Formats: sequence, C-alpha cells, structure tokens
Amino acid sequence: MRVTTTVNGEPYDVDDVWEGESLLYMLRERMGLPGSKNACEQGECGSCTVYVDGLPACACLVAAGQAQGHEIITVEGLTIDDELHPVQQAFIEAGAVQCGFCTPGLIVQTHDLLQRDPHPDDAEIREALAGNLCRCTGYEKILDAVRLAAERLDTVSGAQP
Amino acid sequence: MEFLAPTTWADALAVRQEHPDALALTGGTDVMVEINFDMRRPPALLDLTGVRELSDWSRDGDVVRLGAGVTYTRVIEELGDVLPGLAMAARTVGSPQIRNRGTVGGNLGAASPAGDSHPPLLAGGAEVELASVEGTRTVPIEEFYTGVKQHAGRPDELISAILVRSPSGPQQFSKIGTRNAMVISVSAFGLALHPDEQRIGTGIGSAAPTPRRAVEAESFLSSALDDLGLWESRGALPDSLTREFGDRVKAAASPIDDVRGTAAYRLHSLAVMARRTLTWAWADYAGGIT
Ligand SMILES: Cc1cc2nc3c(=O)[nH]c(=O)nc-3n(C[C@H](O)[C@H](O)[C@H](O)COP(=O)(O)OP(=O)(O)OC[C@H]3O[C@@H](n4cnc5c(N)ncnc54)[C@H](O)[C@@H]3O)c2cc1C
Ligand code: FES
Ligand code: FES
Repeated sequence: MRVTTTVNGEPYDVDDVWEGESLLYMLRERMGLPGSKNACEQGECGSCTVYVDGLPACACLVAAGQAQGHEIITVEGLTIDDELHPVQQAFIEAGAVQCGFCTPGLIVQTHDLLQRDPHPDDAEIREALAGNLCRCTGYEKILDAVRLAAERLDTVSGAQP
Repeated sequence: MEFLAPTTWADALAVRQEHPDALALTGGTDVMVEINFDMRRPPALLDLTGVRELSDWSRDGDVVRLGAGVTYTRVIEELGDVLPGLAMAARTVGSPQIRNRGTVGGNLGAASPAGDSHPPLLAGGAEVELASVEGTRTVPIEEFYTGVKQHAGRPDELISAILVRSPSGPQQFSKIGTRNAMVISVSAFGLALHPDEQRIGTGIGSAAPTPRRAVEAESFLSSALDDLGLWESRGALPDSLTREFGDRVKAAASPIDDVRGTAAYRLHSLAVMARRTLTWAWADYAGGIT
C-alpha cells in the first residue's frame, strides 16, 4: 500500500508498504531514516521513540498505515539549522552516550519532557525515562545530560525545546 | 493483509460487518507486538484511530461515557477526579510512550487477566458498550470477561465505549510488580466505596483466569459496615474487619504459578492489598473526601 505522511516537516509518499509493518520499519528501511533504533520491537526499550502528532510513541508499535496523514518527528528532525539540538549536545558532553543504541529514543523522550516541564526534578526525570532502557551507561550520565540540557535551554534565550 | 482505515463510526461498523476476521487496531500496544513477533497474521487490520467518536469522553448526568479509543495519558490528565480508580491504574501502565498510545478499549479488547483497567472498572460497576450495524448493547463488566483473553463481543461487533457512574465515594487501586514502571502486574486490586448505595465494589487482577469481583467479600463488608453504623458515623474501621475483608478477597481468587509469581504469593499479596486499599479509602471517607 501507499502511505502519505509528514516526517520532520517533509511530505512523503511511501510505496510498497506491507500492511502489517511498523512505522519503525518504514522509517528505517524505506525512508532512509535510520536514527530511530530497533532493539526489541515490543515497546519495552524505547530506542524507537518518535513523536506522532506531538506525543512520543514507540514507532515499533505504530502500524505504518497509522502514520497516514499524521506528523512524525524523529531524532533526525530535532536538529536546528543543521546544528545539534541542546538536548543532543548535552548527551555528548555529559558522556551519556556509549554504544549509542538507546540514545535517539532517550533524546526524543528528554526533548518531550523538557518541553512539558522545563525544570524537572530527579523523580520526574526518572518517571519520564522509565520506558527507555540503556544497557551501557548505568543511567547516571543520562540524568546528568537531562539536567545539563534543562539548564542550557533555560539560559539560552530563544532556544525552544 | 489488508489495511482498513475507516474515518467515521458508521463506516467502521460497516467494515466490521464485512470483515469479521479483521483484527481491530487502536493503540497497537498489544496488536503490533503480536504482529512483529509473527504470533498473529490476521487477513486484515481494522485501524480505528481515524474514528474521532471513539476518542471522546463525555458526562451524561451521573454517567461517564469513555470512548474506547481514549488513551491512558488522557485518562490521567483529564479524568483523575472523574474516574479516580481508573486514573490510578492508568498511571501504572507501561511507560509514557505506551500510555500515549494504549487505550482502555484496547485493554478490554485484549481481555488479559493482567490488564490494569479491569480491577477499577469491576470495582466501579462499569458497563461495556458493544456496537454493530445491527445496533448497540451494553454488557455489565463482570459478564464481559468470558475466559482467558476472551470477551463477550461478537466478531461483527466493536467496543464503542465504557460506561461508568461518577463515584459517590473514594476509590483505590494497588498493583504488585517487580519495579515501579513497565511492569505487568503480578497481582492487582481495585476498590470503590459506594456510600450512596452503602455498597463496596472490588476487582481482582492477575489472580484468576479472568479479572473478577470478590463478590462475597463485598457483601460481607457492606453488611458489616451497615451493622456497625459506620456508613453514617464514618468512624474507625476495626482491624479485625479489614483483616477479615482481606482474607475474603483472597478466597475469591484462583491464581496460578507462573514466571511473574507463585499462586501463594498472589493470594498473600491480594489479602494485603485489599486490607491496605480499604484502609486508605476509608481514611478518605472518614476525612470527608469523596
Ligand atoms: C511495553 C508494554 C508495557 C505494557 N504495560 C502494561 C501494563 O502495565 N498494564 C496493562 O494493563 N497493559 C500493559 N500493556 C498492554 C497494552 O498496552 C494494553 O493492553 C493496552 O490497553 C492496549 O491498548 P491498545 O489501544 O494499544 O490496543 P491494541 O493493541 O490496538 O488492541 C488490543 C486488543 O483489543 C482489540 N481492540 C482494540 N480496540 C478495539 C475496539 N474498539 N473494539 C474491539 N476490539 C478492540 C484488538 O483487536 C486487540 O485484540 C503493555 C504493553 C507493552 C507493549
Ligand atoms: S524497538 Fe520499539 S520499544 Fe524497543
Ligand atoms: S549507550 Fe548503549 S544502550 Fe545506552
């Protein structure tokens, strides 16, 4: 089937989509957007997190056909004028990236958190990231990255998450 | 496979009638796991996310009508006061990403004994609205679950809504799991005080082939509260009463041993959760919080 959707602000017509395939598969294998990672295909790890109409979702559990007419934003779409988003920059600087497999999902989820709540406390950060697993970092550096991103977004005027 | 995506409720019912073997799809948080893992290959998917009517909720006098496609995130954000027990349960579901897509209607459609919506819906005395081109009917929630992952909906029907009375008293929900997030319950319990009817509502999760009420425990407690004049006095509950209630809730369960927990642990935890949720709810009632 054909799926017509908007990804990172660009309209796409994607052909030959299998009716049972996930949005994650369509993004990675048919649209050349491999930023969202496939690690579990069952909603447990969060590495495939993308925005669907402004709400983070596991792309592995969204049917490709459900993206028809909707707006998707992936980690690739968060850069501003080809510059890394402050959340992305903070993950690098805080050492929150080791193998990097969980990172795209964590970045989208953190981006959403800071948009809704610019000053989250640690409990709120943990709750927001409860659906994102990282097997490398032990999470401490990830918490550091979120706090750093929150600080930066707060001080950099005009930087909208 | 076909992908059927009606955009009106009338079309959805017509498509359902034509394709009784199509698998309904809302949030996809159960369906897509099964498809990704090749556990299911339905001839068609019937995507209901384009049907706006399903994602609305409304209040008609005393009754809240929750569309089958309302997500957990919206239950938490919009219905915390209106359906407190269900909102408490919704907060424990999966992760933010799962709650943004997963729906109460999907939880009913899956009819898993471990589904977290079931205990509060049982305790609250909900009804499930089922619809087909022939018409609409409502089924009392305790008659909805017909077996392990089986429910009373026919192949030509869809779940349109859940009907729940606004609470007349406090509600509580408790769930046991191995961590605080992303966890299928080992056991769960929902409790509702219905002071207007001087009645107690209960719902047991993950401790029987289907979600179920603890009917005998409900009537035991309701009449004990009556005998002691506690509905009116809002006085302290005797410890012996909360303990007896816990034991009777436990007696209503018939759990199994599985990877998430043993039957013995499930029984023990149910008695504890029943006692605790009653204590919490009664403290609210005594303090005049409804
Ligand atoms: C990582 C993860 C964590 C989870 N954690 C929990 C948890 O903590 N607690 C819990 O209870 N569940 C949990 N679940 C299971 C799932 O999220 C819930 O059961 C959810 O409510 C399903 O809703 P959905 O809209 O995604 O349903 P879908 O997957 O779209 O559908 C589920 C079932 O309902 C049927 N269906 C859907 N809509 C209708 C309708 N309108 N009429 C008739 N049938 C319909 C479908 O055909 C299917 O059989 C989890 C799932 C995942 C992947
Ligand atoms: S790949 Fe989607 S949650 Fe793991
Ligand atoms: S950095 Fe390797 S999984 Fe998180």
